[in-house]
Amino acid sequence: MQDFGAAFGEAFGLLLGLDPALMEIIGLSLRVSLTAVLISGLIGLPLGAILGISRFRGRSVILVLLNTLMGLPPVVVGLLVYLSLSNAGPLGPLALLYTPAAMIIAQSLLVIPIVTALARQTIEDMHGEYDELLRVLGVGRWGMVATLLWDARYSLLTAMLAGFGRAVAEVGAVLIVGGNINHVTRVMTTAIALETSKGNLALALGLGVVLLLLAVVINAAVMGIRATAARSAHA
Amino acid sequence: MPFDTPPTGHNGKHVLPITGRGLVLERGGRRIIDNMDFTIEGEGLSVVMGPNGAGKSVLLRLLTGLLKPDAGTVSWAGARPDRARAPSVGMVFQKPVLLRRSALANVRYVLRTGGRAERTRLAEEALIRAGLAHLSKTPARLLSGGQQQRLAIARALAPDPEVLLLDEPCANLDPAATAVIEALIGDAKARGTKVLLVTHDVAQAKRVADDITFIHDGRIDEQSPAAAFFDNPQSPASRAYLDGRLMV
Repeated sequence: MQDFGAAFGEAFGLLLGLDPALMEIIGLSLRVSLTAVLISGLIGLPLGAILGISRFRGRSVILVLLNTLMGLPPVVVGLLVYLSLSNAGPLGPLALLYTPAAMIIAQSLLVIPIVTALARQTIEDMHGEYDELLRVLGVGRWGMVATLLWDARYSLLTAMLAGFGRAVAEVGAVLIVGGNINHVTRVMTTAIALETSKGNLALALGLGVVLLLLAVVINAAVMGIRATAARSAHA
Repeated sequence: MPFDTPPTGHNGKHVLPITGRGLVLERGGRRIIDNMDFTIEGEGLSVVMGPNGAGKSVLLRLLTGLLKPDAGTVSWAGARPDRARAPSVGMVFQKPVLLRRSALANVRYVLRTGGRAERTRLAEEALIRAGLAHLSKTPARLLSGGQQQRLAIARALAPDPEVLLLDEPCANLDPAATAVIEALIGDAKARGTKVLLVTHDVAQAKRVADDITFIHDGRIDEQSPAAAFFDNPQSPASRAYLDGRLMV
């Protein structure tokens, strides 16, 4: 296990030395996943809110589908996005395959169901409480959506963080549509897979540590947000 | 304001009289409201009284348009209830529903006209009237039960409604908090707001009512001026209720 110990030491060396190759990969990872989460929020939050306050035929079918999509296998999403973006696909002319944009699309598709489903649940619970008040105040449908989204902002922020956790940690989708091209589409997860198979354990471990730290930061942020929300009686 | 408009005593959108004609509401095969005619008009403080399950809260929800009757019609000043006139109908629920915002923001939320500064000023005035000015920045849901209900009333009164409807506003409050709420309601009445209070509390009805509507089993049992009602109740049910006998 000599190699293993040495790899750990080397990994922390890379991290503490802010190794340029490492930083480039981390930077791209964050850029891709944060953009995907932002897009998912713009789509998923209003969608979840509308689903949360609406009653229509077939709603329960949609909710079952939505909850199923939450557990969508990343490789399947990667495959579908690949087929759409490949030269023969409907979006082929955009020439997005093997670019960060393709990775953002794939991760957005993974995260949108998560944000939508969590927002739907949060908004539906709050709507049960607010409905009569808002109706008696003459608040319209869109006013209701806006009010509920604002008042549920803490819970929704944690939903977004859950989405970010999923996006930054997945490997299947970005590998298929990004191609793990050095300096172009190499992110933390794909780099770990590659470097491990090449036997370059130091870089892989360094990136693994960063991913773990990110997970810790996300969970700490979620707890912090919950505590803040409880303090101001938002929960 | 560039032009001074004469004060209307409320925000200018008329809803009175609020009238229900032939109202029926059935749930689970039971008539909760059974062919009821009811009108809110004039001035002063009207009390709707009756035992639990008599249909008092449901009647309020029908008159505000929150519930659709299975038969019969509700009109506000002769026309169907509409969202545009909702600010003229202030409604306070038994359990106050407060937004997850500060006390001030709760009141400001219901004010739809004027700029933000103007709305903030009006909201602050409403809080002062309710004795909550010192708590304006406090998250509404951290207030005590009595303060929460005061805030709900201040919020309902902030748009200067033509009528204030209250559904058992003191049901969960102690006597001190109840006294503050009753004073607040009295102020609203004194400023010309028509008040309709739903309660099952005989003592409270005695303290505040100008006239009484006694509801029993989804029907109006008796409707009289308060003094006459308490001195000489006409129906057997209201007599039994005032005597404190259990009605089953």
